[in-house]
Amino acid sequence: MIVPNITVDALRHFAPVSPDWPGNEWWHWLVFTVILIVFILVMVIIFIWLERRIIAWFAARIGPNRTGPFGIFQNIAAALKLLLKEGINPTNADIIIFWLAPIVAFAPVIIVLAVVPFQNGALLADLNIGILFVVAISSISTIGIFMAGWSSSNKYSMLGAMRMIAAVVSYEIPVVLALAGVVLLAGSLSLNDIVIAQERVPFIVLQPLGFLLLFVGGCAEINRSPFDLMEADSELVAGFHTEYSGIKWAMFFLGEFGEMVVMSTLIATLFLGGWQGPALPPWLWLLIKIFIVDFVMIWTRATLPRVRIDQLMALAWKFMFPLALVNLIITAIQVLAWPDALPLYVIPINWAITIILVLLGSKLFKVGWGRVEV
Amino acid sequence: MKFERYGIGIAKGLTVTMRNLLRRRITTQYPEQRLTVSRRTRGNELVWSKEKCTGCATCARTCPQGVIHIVTSPGEENRYNVEVFEVDTGYCISCGLCVEACPYDALFMGYAFELAKYRRGELVLSRDDMLIENKQASAYFHPENAEALPKQELLIDRKE
Repeated sequence: MIVPNITVDALRHFAPVSPDWPGNEWWHWLVFTVILIVFILVMVIIFIWLERRIIAWFAARIGPNRTGPFGIFQNIAAALKLLLKEGINPTNADIIIFWLAPIVAFAPVIIVLAVVPFQNGALLADLNIGILFVVAISSISTIGIFMAGWSSSNKYSMLGAMRMIAAVVSYEIPVVLALAGVVLLAGSLSLNDIVIAQERVPFIVLQPLGFLLLFVGGCAEINRSPFDLMEADSELVAGFHTEYSGIKWAMFFLGEFGEMVVMSTLIATLFLGGWQGPALPPWLWLLIKIFIVDFVMIWTRATLPRVRIDQLMALAWKFMFPLALVNLIITAIQVLAWPDALPLYVIPINWAITIILVLLGSKLFKVGWGRVEV
Repeated sequence: MKFERYGIGIAKGLTVTMRNLLRRRITTQYPEQRLTVSRRTRGNELVWSKEKCTGCATCARTCPQGVIHIVTSPGEENRYNVEVFEVDTGYCISCGLCVEACPYDALFMGYAFELAKYRRGELVLSRDDMLIENKQASAYFHPENAEALPKQELLIDRKE
């Protein structure tokens, strides 16, 4: 028991740890990096399985149930198949960018989770710019997708990638404005502090409009149906990954579902109270909330048909952007009025404001100056 | 005022899918769970009554695919001896015209439908393969066979 202590002390001496690392232990980054990578891979496998099973249930089918108990090994079998498949490179592809794109698209997904707390202080890096970090890093995967669309030298890939850029640039604004409301309420950008600020009541109760905006905008940013225009099978073959096969395609798929894990985790952390909850251990509460958000995402996917590209852009700029601005202003006024903590009678006021704003926004929402049917 | 435009339409759609989620699964997992097929099913085989057949070869003439091969020789009592009677079910389209055409009610559609084979040659049914003593005839064009067959199982009737 003496030897490890000496090693720890020695390493601490040689490599001064960052104050961002909770506990100030040198092995902290190693443990949490491994935990995060395992977490995202396992969660992606579970999410794909859940997606297929629950989508099947919504269609009164059964879903994959042959490979292992309840079909849980279906994705492992699919991953093995993809590893063994031939990777085809198009003749005219820009080969370096073509190979680099899946990595650029997938890597940010893991990095984003570095600031998500699984318990009070249990996170890789308690950055004081947490949400800014999340927004900045998660936008990088868009570049990866555009690299894929550009380098494939395929018109469908290019169109899908351009739609992706358009959607992400448009929806980033309402999403960030919705996040700003949360930051105002919590008084901190650090995700750990935001979760602690939700001890009294989760922010979904205080900020229903912000939750709605983040959920819809998040679905649009991670290409979830009904906003999956970037890989609309009926129009664009498969969008940006038309030319990809084998392990590179698997990386895109991993990135796509990884983004879904990240978005569920963020919504659970920012609006549903993260690891807060009675009786059960905190990490279990976070997992439960992640799966609830995931279920709602699958539910909307099973229900809503795909929107047109003009509807997609109009929803972002004419509906969500004004609502997000109004939401931010109202939140700012409330925070100024009650600097210490919002009183609980704000909750019905905020819900009423949300309903009025959504009705008003729907009333005024037009596509093509009202000439086109919404 | 159309309420569907104010988010009510989305909520309605969500309840529809949720009701589907809570409903009984409609999938039948075939090799383990089977539904009973219709009594009037046209299985991909023919069932032949040796006693009733006179060897008139009307079935062979009617067959649009020409898969019935029949060779006869003159016999006693206004009948032919059926020497060869072969049906290549690989080309059979299960139209049932041969059954409808038979003037002596000697030919029936089969009730079995799981008749996949590994070799093409095995698809050709010979005279002895089709005997009514060994096969179950379906009630297609012969309602008198219906009593012997189990009632069809429909998905809407299934309780569990």
